[in-house]
Amino acid sequence: MEKEIILETIDLSAAYGDNWVVKSVNLAVPYNKVIAIMGPSGCGKSTFIRCLNRMHELLPGTKIKGQVLLEGENIFDLPPTTVRRRIGMVFQRPNPFPTMSIYDNVLAGYILRGEKLSRAERDEIVETSLKKAFLWDEVKDSLHKRGTFLSGGQQQRLCIARALAMRPDILLLDEPTSALDPKAQAMIEELITQLKETVSIVLVTHNRAQAARVSDYTAFMYLGEIVEIGPTPQMFTAPKDPRTEEYLTGKFG
Amino acid sequence: MDGDKAFRIGLNLTAFLFILFVGITFLSLIIASGPSIKAFGWKFVISTEWDPTAGKFGALPFLTGTLLTSFLALLMSTPLAFSLALFLGIYSRKGLRFAYILDYAVDLLAGIPSVIYGLWALFFLVPVVRWMEIKMNITPFGVGIFTASLVLAIMIIPYISSISKEMVAMVPQDLLEAGMALGATDWEVVKNIIVPYCLSGFYAGILLGLGRALGETMAVTMVIGNFNGMPKDLFSPGNTMASVIANEFAEAVGDLHLSSLIQIGLWLFLVNVIVNLVGQVIVRKVSIRR
Repeated sequence: MEKEIILETIDLSAAYGDNWVVKSVNLAVPYNKVIAIMGPSGCGKSTFIRCLNRMHELLPGTKIKGQVLLEGENIFDLPPTTVRRRIGMVFQRPNPFPTMSIYDNVLAGYILRGEKLSRAERDEIVETSLKKAFLWDEVKDSLHKRGTFLSGGQQQRLCIARALAMRPDILLLDEPTSALDPKAQAMIEELITQLKETVSIVLVTHNRAQAARVSDYTAFMYLGEIVEIGPTPQMFTAPKDPRTEEYLTGKFG
Repeated sequence: MDGDKAFRIGLNLTAFLFILFVGITFLSLIIASGPSIKAFGWKFVISTEWDPTAGKFGALPFLTGTLLTSFLALLMSTPLAFSLALFLGIYSRKGLRFAYILDYAVDLLAGIPSVIYGLWALFFLVPVVRWMEIKMNITPFGVGIFTASLVLAIMIIPYISSISKEMVAMVPQDLLEAGMALGATDWEVVKNIIVPYCLSGFYAGILLGLGRALGETMAVTMVIGNFNGMPKDLFSPGNTMASVIANEFAEAVGDLHLSSLIQIGLWLFLVNVIVNLVGQVIVRKVSIRR
């Protein structure tokens, strides 16, 4: 069992000031699987996923208790920059850098850090990352145009390519399709199921159907706690907790 | 007449009125400079001799003084103003209380009358510069081009920083998070995301500061030394276009003197127009790239 888990939270709690929005969460992320965290708005799922690569620290006044182990190492003992390189993140709204070309956007992680790469390395990273993100064919002739000229769905795939370019072990997706149209959403969902061959994925969504379509495991989060977690088919067909069943049948959220 | 129509006419009228103001100012400057333009032609801006009693009027020393003090001031205040803008823009969005106090203080700096800057410079900056000059073993005037540039540099900081700060505060949180999520440090995010995003605002700030520095009169007049010859070095006394006008127009000897002073005003106006045009081209170039 130990070898199959890449990331694990142990009694992880998080608060803004004195308001504890994540309460003692224990969650294990297996290698090369998609784990979906679903729950109604305000249940703490976004805060939780931000703790996994220490992005919560950007907001002043956040507190945290518990541990997050990345292959056995507590991420709070590692430099945040290292943690974030190994655990990439894609946000709700596509956010390519408007001052950079598509090419530079893919390489943004290296550019920001001032890392020098050879021309061949750069070309290689850009091509493989864009191919992995299903975007290569659409942009290969306009790599040096600005990323902001792309459609919303393309921009989001560019952001995924940008995260993949850093060759992370884990990809955190924070409601990656909620700002996109259904077609773009379908494409990204297809992409997620392909990506798990190379990275482990944590997907936060308030879209139950999306969790059902793309994930191997699903966790239901409510009022800051994980109510139930299990293999996705089982969660959707035979939930054990009555609250999960109420959520899945649309009684709330 | 309905409100919409009255509103539109009102706005159009105001717009027209402002164009009229600029036009009339320009025209009346040209007309009043007439005698001196006729007498000296282009020699007015290339001659370095300004001797009202001998009837010789050449404005090159003042043009030099204005450009020298303004660009020197810009050189000194820009790094400070940008650091200030980054500090204010970044920390006010994090809700740091000190940033609000500092922001208010900088705004206050912009509201201080220039005569007070002049007085302060006279009693504080001049002795400091004089002390420096003694240490450097050059004639210790205290007053001069360098002192004027110093006081100008301080005066234009709020102008440069306020626009720049607004720009920094407007950088979408999304982009900062995207940068941090890629493993960049605070400094890397500032350097590679915030600064490129704010470039057009930074240029606009510089432009505003430069415009202010070119035309500033009172404070400069009080500490520049009011010497009518070409400044020999940065520490020598001099005059700017604005300061020579302020100094001499009350005691102008004869029509040609007065008309020459007005022609200096005309040139100052033109310098300002040119700086603004060039600046706008730069700002536009930079912002189109976005």
